[in-house]
Amino acid sequence: MLEIKNLHVKLEEEDKPILKGVNLTVEAGKVHAIMGPNGSGKSTLSYVLAGREGYAVTEGSATLDGEDLLALEPEERAAAGLFLAFQYPVEIPGVGNMTFLRTAVNAQRKARGEEEMSAGDFLKVVREKAKRLKIDAEMLKRPVNVGFSGGEKKRNEILQMAMLEPKMCILDETDSGLDVDAMKLVSEGVNALRDAGRAFLVITHYQRLLDHIAPDVVHIMADGRIVKTGGPELALEVEKNGYADILAETL
Amino acid sequence: MAVPQAKVDALAARIAGLSFEREGWLGAARVEALSRLSSMGLPGKRDEYWRYTDPTDLIQPRTATAALFDAGDEPPVFDAIDRITLVFVDGVFDAAASDDPALAGVEITRLSQAPDLHWARDLYGVLEARGQSPVQRPLAALATAFATDGLLIRVTGKAAKPVSLVYRHDSETSDAILHHCVRLDPGAELTLLESGPGAARFTTAMEVEVADGARFHHVRVQGRDHQRRAATHVFARLGAESLFKSFTLTANGVLTRNEVVLELAGDDGVAHVAGAAMGDGAFHHDDTVFITHDAERCESRQVFKKVLKHGAVGVFQGKILVKQGAQKTDGYQISQSLLLDEDCQFLAKPELEIYADDVKCSHGSTSGAIDETALFYLRSRGVPLRSAQALLVLAFLAEAIGEIEDELIVEDIRQRLENWLARHEY
Repeated sequence: MLEIKNLHVKLEEEDKPILKGVNLTVEAGKVHAIMGPNGSGKSTLSYVLAGREGYAVTEGSATLDGEDLLALEPEERAAAGLFLAFQYPVEIPGVGNMTFLRTAVNAQRKARGEEEMSAGDFLKVVREKAKRLKIDAEMLKRPVNVGFSGGEKKRNEILQMAMLEPKMCILDETDSGLDVDAMKLVSEGVNALRDAGRAFLVITHYQRLLDHIAPDVVHIMADGRIVKTGGPELALEVEKNGYADILAETL
Repeated sequence: MAVPQAKVDALAARIAGLSFEREGWLGAARVEALSRLSSMGLPGKRDEYWRYTDPTDLIQPRTATAALFDAGDEPPVFDAIDRITLVFVDGVFDAAASDDPALAGVEITRLSQAPDLHWARDLYGVLEARGQSPVQRPLAALATAFATDGLLIRVTGKAAKPVSLVYRHDSETSDAILHHCVRLDPGAELTLLESGPGAARFTTAMEVEVADGARFHHVRVQGRDHQRRAATHVFARLGAESLFKSFTLTANGVLTRNEVVLELAGDDGVAHVAGAAMGDGAFHHDDTVFITHDAERCESRQVFKKVLKHGAVGVFQGKILVKQGAQKTDGYQISQSLLLDEDCQFLAKPELEIYADDVKCSHGSTSGAIDETALFYLRSRGVPLRSAQALLVLAFLAEAIGEIEDELIVEDIRQRLENWLARHEY
């Protein structure tokens, strides 16, 4: 589904390479995890895939079901089925959460040539999905992420994902800032979306999220490259011994 | 202080062609206004409160021409609101185009009929005169002295529906001067709507007396004409436990100066003044607000937002004066601009002057571009760039629009803003 080949990326403003040849293939129905120390390029990879400005791709490619992601605007990538759950969800004062969700859902439907969702249907679906994530009606009415706790923001990301039903979900450190209960809620939300047609790329520092969202494949990223790939046991190894051993071994 | 000769000459030239009525109580009020005006002279570029706005086009003897404007298929402002409509065309009352002004709880009379109304005698020119200190407002005195017409609106109860003043612009060289008085009796309530450009040049004053427990809602949309010029003034005095809420939408207009002068004279009064201004290109918009707290436990809010691009200029001069004894005052003032490119300019002068020791006053002023992070967040959820920008502009304006209470009116204003955003590239 997602195919990244030899991806090189630098910051636009300075001549500083961050990704130095990332190769990664995520198949439909699978959960891949990327772990790695701070500064290894994990978040950059997620931003570049989602189309954030400020990065320059100097080499390589990234495709979603064969479509060149890098040639698309961020909204086109979203309509193509890509979703990024932000590490730091953005607060937007003045825009109601509900308005935001409905605008997004209908914009994607429109872009795909589908019929827009009626206000009534939308309300029904959003209420049901919000309930599962323990997001109350009050939170839906408030401006996007404004005054939300860390946990509420992350749950709100998962709600957006559930509403938009993307096929390729990237979760950027969704576990950061979550207590045990919130992590469980978020993980359940993610697991409920797992199916044969959908893939996940879970970026995390810690193995603990992977206790809840069981990965099929684990990658270790360091210095802008995937340096090791393995099964779930790789995450446990990191948890036990840290990154040092793995990094030493790959040098 | 003697008025400089240049100002004396400018005033003489400005009023040379205007008719002046000395008869009756109204004539007496006009004579006094002319005397005030002569002692001040017309505004000049060096005046403290005209440093950011060049008054030349507002004071020159003849107005610059303003091409007529066709709003295309956009429905008239407040079209969906059940209201009494009173129409002025280039400042001249158009009875044929107006509704019958009979409305339960409201008495409406035209100024030009010079009716002998006690309440109007006690109000006409009175709040304007009070509002001349400490800041001079010569164009308001000009409106008192030379208004050719206006409405005297007395509200004795809860008005059955809003009163809507529609100002059409039908002549490229019209130079209209109007003066309205509104008196709300104790416990009365009125929503006053104003819409339209008025004239090629439009000089107005409105005096509003809000008696104890009365409620006054004011929503104004200044029309989409690009070339018109306007100097408007609202003077209001609020009694105890009364409410005053005013919102103005200004989209386009080469020159607009909106002055609002409020006096909270009774305890527990509430005064909110808000504005949203949208400027693209040759656009100069100035909000000059002065709120005086002269009673206890009053609340005032000033919320002014400006969206500027392609060289548009926004000005905000807002003052909160808390007099001695005005304890437990709650004053709030925010003026913000969203600069959609690097050519535009926002000039803000927030002022606080406080002589009471138990008050809460806050003020803030910001200028900034659209938040790129928020923009990316919206786009990453599939919202197209233009829609995402529009959503963020509306979000920026939300606090000002939030000052309108009536949901139908809010919807009308929001629709107009969306139309504006759809028409203008950014």
